[in-house]
Amino acid sequence: MINPNPQTHYAGPSLRQDVETRTLSVLVDNEPGVLARVIGLFSGRGYNIDSLTVTETEHEKHLSRITIITRGTPAVLEQIKHQLERLVPIHRVRDLTFEGVSLERELALVKVAGKGEKRIEALRMAEIFRAQVVDTSIEHFVFEITGKPGKIETFINLMTELGLVEVSRTGIAAIGRGAAAM
Amino acid sequence: MARTMTGAEMVIKALQDQGVEHIFGYPGGAVLPIYDELFQQDKIQHVLVRQEGGALHAAEGYARSTGKVGVALVTSGPGATNAVTGLTDALMDSIPLVCITGQVPTHLIGNDAFQECDTVGITRPCTKHNWLVKNVNDLARVLHEAFYIAKAGRPGPVVIDIPKDIQFASGNYVGPSNIAHKTYKPRVKPDPALVRDAVELMASAKRPVFYTGGGVINSGPKASQLLRELVRLSGFPITSTLMGLGAYPASDKQWLGMLGMHGTYEANLAMHDCDVMINIGARFDDRITGRIDAFSPGSRKIHVDIDPSSINKNIQVDLPIIGDCAYVLEEMLRVWKAKAPQLDKAALKAWWKDIDGWRARKSLAYKNSTDVIMPQYACQRLYELTKDRDTYITTEVGQHQMWAAQFIHFEEPNRWMTSGGLGTMGYGLPAAIGVQLAHPKALVVDVAGDASILMNIQECSTAVQYNLPVKVFILNNEYMGMVRQWQQLLHGNRLSHSYTEALPDFVKLAEAYGWTGMRCDHPADLDDAIREMINHKGPVIFDCRVAKLANCFPMIPSGKAHNEMLLGENVSDEDVSKAIGKEGKVLV
Repeated sequence: MINPNPQTHYAGPSLRQDVETRTLSVLVDNEPGVLARVIGLFSGRGYNIDSLTVTETEHEKHLSRITIITRGTPAVLEQIKHQLERLVPIHRVRDLTFEGVSLERELALVKVAGKGEKRIEALRMAEIFRAQVVDTSIEHFVFEITGKPGKIETFINLMTELGLVEVSRTGIAAIGRGAAAM
Repeated sequence: MARTMTGAEMVIKALQDQGVEHIFGYPGGAVLPIYDELFQQDKIQHVLVRQEGGALHAAEGYARSTGKVGVALVTSGPGATNAVTGLTDALMDSIPLVCITGQVPTHLIGNDAFQECDTVGITRPCTKHNWLVKNVNDLARVLHEAFYIAKAGRPGPVVIDIPKDIQFASGNYVGPSNIAHKTYKPRVKPDPALVRDAVELMASAKRPVFYTGGGVINSGPKASQLLRELVRLSGFPITSTLMGLGAYPASDKQWLGMLGMHGTYEANLAMHDCDVMINIGARFDDRITGRIDAFSPGSRKIHVDIDPSSINKNIQVDLPIIGDCAYVLEEMLRVWKAKAPQLDKAALKAWWKDIDGWRARKSLAYKNSTDVIMPQYACQRLYELTKDRDTYITTEVGQHQMWAAQFIHFEEPNRWMTSGGLGTMGYGLPAAIGVQLAHPKALVVDVAGDASILMNIQECSTAVQYNLPVKVFILNNEYMGMVRQWQQLLHGNRLSHSYTEALPDFVKLAEAYGWTGMRCDHPADLDDAIREMINHKGPVIFDCRVAKLANCFPMIPSGKAHNEMLLGENVSDEDVSKAIGKEGKVLV
């Protein structure tokens, strides 16, 4: 617990902490305003939100699970966790990245329009990425793709050259591996 | 247990069941049913303020001086928005408040109805928690929960927004219960292993210092007693933040005075040079730390706080202990007594010698005058003439606040009420009203500035209505003194709008409100005038005309370290104008 170097606490410029990305899972009472509390905390204290998903996950208990992807130095990330824990309707906050291996998945709906070769190429790419066609006409497809955020990012990048029109993404849902709950 | 009653009845019943005796408020359309219930009972006394902002500060003064939860009742719309400053003030200073706001009826919410505002939206970031009650059967539970949240853990303000139709609706009332809250369970008892580590570290110290804060006061009188015992047992020096004054007696030889931007030289140098810092219930606020990367560079830091988010927020610490100050101090004392540690007496003696050297600089010294009243002198005389009485001091915000903190000394907790974190001008008078209501026989003095006092001057009328003999002691220099001081430090002495050209005649103003007005402008008359103020049975505004251009020293200029203090006795105008560097200019 005690700093081995009693001379100073303050890391020199070369030892400054790096910014890390973390996935936080937050279990909250599903009551009015709870999302506003969480978002307000992030904006009010100048924290980042890269992705946020929320929905009720346990209906009888009115519990919602919020998954937040955030960035910051380890010191800021520790603050974020403690600040979240201070909010009254919050049951638990878990840093899934910090605490071990977690699964992260996202769903995207990707609309691609075009004709001829590009259209065929888009469909071929969709098969490779195991994206489903959920809507089509002779000039467009809507693909549904699920996977790790990196995979979705790659798919969207490829589609940009093949007539990408618009994208809707759910944001990331995450859960820890293994038998235990958060 | 459940009984049927209206929402308005539930509000009053819940307040009674929570042991509330006094509330501060202002009626309006959306709280009329609650006011009607207030009218029909006599257990709770309602104090009618003159603006809702005053109700919140009065409730704060009441809470800070008693340790109870302060309660305010205001209407929707402007009533609620006027409460925002007081709520934020209470949040910053960790003061337990329950504020009940009226709201337009539920079917009108969102329609931009008359006197509608999104109260829970507006107050979300300035409360510990808030509720909009849309079902009358939730109301009793929410009211009791509100008191629990306000008090538990790190205290703070809460808001309950009650639409008017809910006040009229009938539902089931339930009394307070002791069922554990389902989510909010702050840790109060410390990890014993960490306390053992802390005692070990303290025992090995060569240059220790206790740095204590408002957390000790909030923890209750027992925490102050335990702190005194531990400090005396250890023989270590102790300093405190603005919020923590009174937890340790200022007359004691181990007391170094307040630390921070306008703290004493010895307190700040002890913080800078210590090898073990024992922070109990303080939060490393920027007024305390000065330049972060030069803050106490050679020390190992113990930090006792009830709020885990205070740990490592501003300053990295070596040994964080989560818990209520009283529990932690109790455990520290137990371990200390059991171990009876061998202290490094030679090192401690040398440390005290260093401290005595810093003390000898007499950093609070100022050049007195026989012609004009120096503001420091005014505070000194006020202290000398009130110290043997049952006295409570409140302040506004500015130079007078710092001089009061430097020259008025406290032997007991809960005697000093000041707006620390938010720095709210206009706090002192309504706070004094709240204090006086809780302590009718005591002497309550609001040390004020000529600018601050005008921010809530309307509350003079409240004091008259409830026979509250508060004394307002204005250090009148016709300037917003602290603003002017910073303009001198930072902006080439261009005194942009910090001079009040058209001040009222405070004596006549007092008389217009039914107060007694007094004026003093000569040091030779000051003692008699202060005595006259004290002995007067009713409320008094004391217009103390002080030296116009005095500045508040010592001072750590913003962006500087503790060992770069400006001392008052030998600061030239040039030193003042060059004291703050480019980086410090952007700080406040």
